[in-house]
Amino acid sequence: MDHGTAIEATKAVVTLDVALPGIIWGWMITLNMWAKSIGTGVILVGAFLLYRHKKDEMPNLRWMMPLISFIALNVFLFFTLIDLHQPLRMINIFIHPHWSSAITVGAWMATIFTGMITLMMLISLLDAFPDCRRHCDVAKKVRAKSDLYEKIFPFAVVLAVPVTLYTAVIMAESSARELWQAPTELVQMLMAAFMVGSAILILISDKWSAEARKDLALVLAISVFFSFLMYMGEYFFSFKSAEAEVTLTYVHAGGAYNIQFWIAMVLGFIAPFFIAMGSLKEENRTMMKFAAVTTLIGLYLAKDVWLKIPQLLPLS
Amino acid sequence: MKLGFLVDLNLCMGCKGCEIACKVENEVPLSSWRLRVKYIDIGTFPDTSRSFTPLRCNHCENAPCERICPVSALHYLDNGIVNIDSDRCIACAGCIMACPYGAIYMDPESNTADKCTYCAHRIEGGMMPACVVACPVEANIFGDVEDETSHISRYIMEHQGAVQVRKPEKFTDPKHYYVGGGNNTLNPLAHERIEGYGLFTNITTLKHVGDPNHSMLDRFNPFGHDEVDNDSFMDFEQQGQDSKNEKGGH
Repeated sequence: MDHGTAIEATKAVVTLDVALPGIIWGWMITLNMWAKSIGTGVILVGAFLLYRHKKDEMPNLRWMMPLISFIALNVFLFFTLIDLHQPLRMINIFIHPHWSSAITVGAWMATIFTGMITLMMLISLLDAFPDCRRHCDVAKKVRAKSDLYEKIFPFAVVLAVPVTLYTAVIMAESSARELWQAPTELVQMLMAAFMVGSAILILISDKWSAEARKDLALVLAISVFFSFLMYMGEYFFSFKSAEAEVTLTYVHAGGAYNIQFWIAMVLGFIAPFFIAMGSLKEENRTMMKFAAVTTLIGLYLAKDVWLKIPQLLPLS
Repeated sequence: MKLGFLVDLNLCMGCKGCEIACKVENEVPLSSWRLRVKYIDIGTFPDTSRSFTPLRCNHCENAPCERICPVSALHYLDNGIVNIDSDRCIACAGCIMACPYGAIYMDPESNTADKCTYCAHRIEGGMMPACVVACPVEANIFGDVEDETSHISRYIMEHQGAVQVRKPEKFTDPKHYYVGGGNNTLNPLAHERIEGYGLFTNITTLKHVGDPNHSMLDRFNPFGHDEVDNDSFMDFEQQGQDSKNEKGGH
């Protein structure tokens, strides 16, 4: 307690109030957003690769892509569920939907998207491993409808975009957290999906053609570059509201969030950019895998800072 | 009919009678508040003044909490009250993120979001909200802002130019007005929370949002957990010992 410093006459001081509630959306929501970016990102980047290259150049993509997406989406859905204080009432979103809420629209879209990915995963796994459940009637029927994968895929790619973006709309609806209400959040979400989508695919691309891997490096380099630019713009430019400016002082003023933010920028954006650019000139698979891992870690840390700091602001 | 609140800050003397009446009427658990009175000191000793600001849900006509609620647990009543249905609430905390006034909290007992409802149950029975009844100086004025003959409407008209709402830039159209307020009292960014300047120095940040021992993960905790209820918050002997050990504790 320091009573030695006099308070300026113009300055008001709170002398009695309740404690501030602290961080309510914590690491589970960070993990939720991060996992969703992977779930949709691998589909978006996978679609880009399939548009640019022949399937033979990426032999395991057909089944690995929906499998990774399925795992990531289930991590996302699991943490969405357990973050609720009343998780068993999640069903209310489906029986009492309120369509003005991005949470509702997102939950419906994510559920449909997960359903499509599940179907794609089952078809592709049974095709990839023909000895698996060979005598099972259901497996036989699924194998007979194998072409359904290619029919669903375009719809899954289209749906992956709004599923990626709806979290930005939830942020925009969070009127009390002005830092989240920037239009750049939409692009940040999309860039995040491309970042981690390409990063994950880099990790499984050993048997792919050099051209496909080069495209992955290009996607990673472009997405981390633009995402980094937007973070820097938000960090340094003073174009925002008073509340957003005060929120950013939790990062500007040093301390734990400042350290976490800059570690995130180096790991998730700066390092992968230079490694990916270098790999475009001369491929280095080990370094690209290293870049993929740092991208995944860096994005998580960056999202975590951006999620938490607006919640530290006194609102009343 | 559009029910609204007006607080004349020139009259409020910070007795916290409204705060207590609200807690008793609505059985608000310890560590949670639907209505609170904030004290703000301005100036340097001996030229100081203290102002008191009752803070509660603003029952916005364009309520962000209602918009973001995924299950319509937060909904409008015909009289303009933004009400909450605790039985439907999934406790996603979206409303807490959306409310620019920090008026919504997670009830540690029900594990659902909760807030001031302008005592909707009392209004339905023809009574005034508990805080209005308790106020000894009639600083809380409640009524229909669409009825030009109502007390609140006349009060607003008599104080033309001096009636303010909190955060008008949010376009939430609050139905909670203040007379006698200023930037220091109504703008949370205009004042500071400096360690050591509180009347009670041992007010700490809540360690829980909702009951941490009843989360989904905790249900699978093989080691069990301590039950937390209101009595748990009243372990003054241990808390007093803890506070003595803290820097600045008494």
